[in-house]
Amino acid sequence: MIDTYLIPLVKILFVLNATLIGVTYMVLLERKVIAWVQVRLGPMRVGPYGILQPIADAVKLILKEDITPTRADKWVFTAAPIIVMVPALITFAVIPFGPVVNLFGRQVPLYITDVNVGLLYIVSVASIGVYGIILGGWASNSKFPLLASLRASAQLISYEVAVTMTLVSMIMTAGTLSMVKIVESQYDQHLWFIFVQPVAFVLFFIGGLAETNRAPFDMAEAEQELTGGFHTEYSGMRFALFFLAEYANMIVVSSVATTLFLGGWLAPFPNVGWLSFLGYVPSWMWFLLKTFAFLYVFLWVRATLPRYRYDQLMRLGWKVLIPIAIANVVVTGIVKVLF
Amino acid sequence: MTTHTGQMFDTEELVINMGPQHPSTHGVLRVVLRLDGEKVVSSDVVIGYLHRGIEKLSENRNWTQIILLTDRMDYVAAATNNVGYCQTVEKLMQIEVPRRARYIRTAICELQRIASHCLWLGTHAMDIGAMTVFLYAFRERELILDLFEEYCGARLTYNSMRIGGLPLDIPVGWDRKVLEFCTIMSEKVDEYEELLTHNRIWLERTRGIGVITAEQAIAIGLSGPPLRGSGVPRDIRKDEPYAAYDEMKFDVPVGTSGDTYDRYLVRLEEFRQSIRIIRQAIQGLPEGPIVGKVPRLIKPPAGETYHAIESPKGEIGYFIVSDGKSTNPYRFRVRPPSFCNLQALPQLIKGHLVADVVALIGSIDVVLGEVDR
Repeated sequence: MIDTYLIPLVKILFVLNATLIGVTYMVLLERKVIAWVQVRLGPMRVGPYGILQPIADAVKLILKEDITPTRADKWVFTAAPIIVMVPALITFAVIPFGPVVNLFGRQVPLYITDVNVGLLYIVSVASIGVYGIILGGWASNSKFPLLASLRASAQLISYEVAVTMTLVSMIMTAGTLSMVKIVESQYDQHLWFIFVQPVAFVLFFIGGLAETNRAPFDMAEAEQELTGGFHTEYSGMRFALFFLAEYANMIVVSSVATTLFLGGWLAPFPNVGWLSFLGYVPSWMWFLLKTFAFLYVFLWVRATLPRYRYDQLMRLGWKVLIPIAIANVVVTGIVKVLF
Repeated sequence: MTTHTGQMFDTEELVINMGPQHPSTHGVLRVVLRLDGEKVVSSDVVIGYLHRGIEKLSENRNWTQIILLTDRMDYVAAATNNVGYCQTVEKLMQIEVPRRARYIRTAICELQRIASHCLWLGTHAMDIGAMTVFLYAFRERELILDLFEEYCGARLTYNSMRIGGLPLDIPVGWDRKVLEFCTIMSEKVDEYEELLTHNRIWLERTRGIGVITAEQAIAIGLSGPPLRGSGVPRDIRKDEPYAAYDEMKFDVPVGTSGDTYDRYLVRLEEFRQSIRIIRQAIQGLPEGPIVGKVPRLIKPPAGETYHAIESPKGEIGYFIVSDGKSTNPYRFRVRPPSFCNLQALPQLIKGHLVADVVALIGSIDVVLGEVDR
């Protein structure tokens, strides 16, 4: 009873809340980091150093009037933010935050579930999110959102191909689709996969930036060109859902990258004897640290680089990333067969 | 089989209205774009949202009051407007401006050029998505505004010139502060270049975008950096020197291909040349009076004159007719560089994508206060 229902339920609640809080604080972090890059202070008024800013933002967004444009397609317009948000949250079901640990005398795994096709699950669920963006832009019945949603769908689909091809080479290296087994195989092979598959790591990172609609690939919401992109007509909490989904997706991509390339919850070089003191840091802490490092790079990139143009982005995706990803799969296969 | 059209679906052009409330049209410019996909088929530029009738208004103000109105045209380069107007009236009245006043004018004009280019660089980079450069450029612009505040008390609309000279001599220690600023600024220009000049994305976004040849540029009547970006070495500071420019050593940077990247490089080099001029003007500042022999009542003799100077945006010219009887001009007309440069926009953006439209609006550096007057 406790093992089958209660513990999973508590874990789901915990992960869901932690994710949502993480996402709101991600917004604050982004504002702070970019402010520091730009020699500013960032939010400072709400609470010490602005740490209560996300709460103030949430209250503001909830209290705002919820506007549906008269000519919008009401049902689709309402459904779109939900379609974007839900996949972003349910991908966390298979992300391993740590191994099985002993908690209050019970063996508790620090992940909600370990599906044997975990990676496939993430890829398929994450690609549902793009429907929300297309539908949101379409249902708004407005020109700028329409252009933006066209851009977004073309971009997401083409980068999906590159990222998935990269993941294929990772599956070949790890020999499994299960997220937990991938981490364990990095322990067995005595190496993080970033050292085994550096090309795949770079491809995954670029593809991840594009898939989460982040700078320098944030055409879909290019404020300076399309006045906010597909969520132009959204207000209040519906807008917030789009906004939060973007950050949730960033966390998903960072977590997946951590699991695949940086050894997930493993301490650095877990097999090296004299570094074993690193093992005293809890496993979930290592996971969060690595994920955070990734997220920081996301913000850093946004503060530094100009934006690509839509056609250049597509060219980069189809003519550079996808061929390299396929070549990487072939090379991985050859190495696997020969050695 | 009647598929002679070769098309499966009907296609139609999408008309979108960019502006007047759009984050990247630099004020209240409205561009009506007809798009095929994202490609611009044709465009209409609609102006006039900021028209305040400054030219007509000036005909009912006396000669000194007009200086104040010229501030409101190109409000990011108010001091240059002041200088242009005052020099036109001085030309009409044949007033000799003392050497010290001319040197200070030169320094102020160049400070203003740096401030204006800072604003251009910031917004232009922001339009292309590099938002950090925006705040860096504004940080340096702030230093210039502080210098202006110390000199004349205002930070945006300076009213800092008088017919025949200057209203005030420079404050004690101001020259030292300006030189300090020059040192800071020359480092910061390198910083901007580090962020942008060799940045791959920046190159892809600006190279080959909005090419305009030298012949086309002259035919349209471009002036300032857009003209020099196309390789025409026309700079009024060099060709028809005014203030103390004939005594200054500086180069006129020109581009080669006339695209957005060249216009960017030209303006960045102008930062450096301006710093060079300011250093010379401040270090060689002569002693003497700051106002020439000006009658108490300013009433130019009957006649007309045109005088142009090189503002940060291009050639700003004033055409003034005086009837010799009244204390206000009979006719007052401005040749604004932004307005003339904006004419090139439909030609520049044709065939480019929506993302390039904002880059090109930024690249020709318009101020709508000056376009509409």
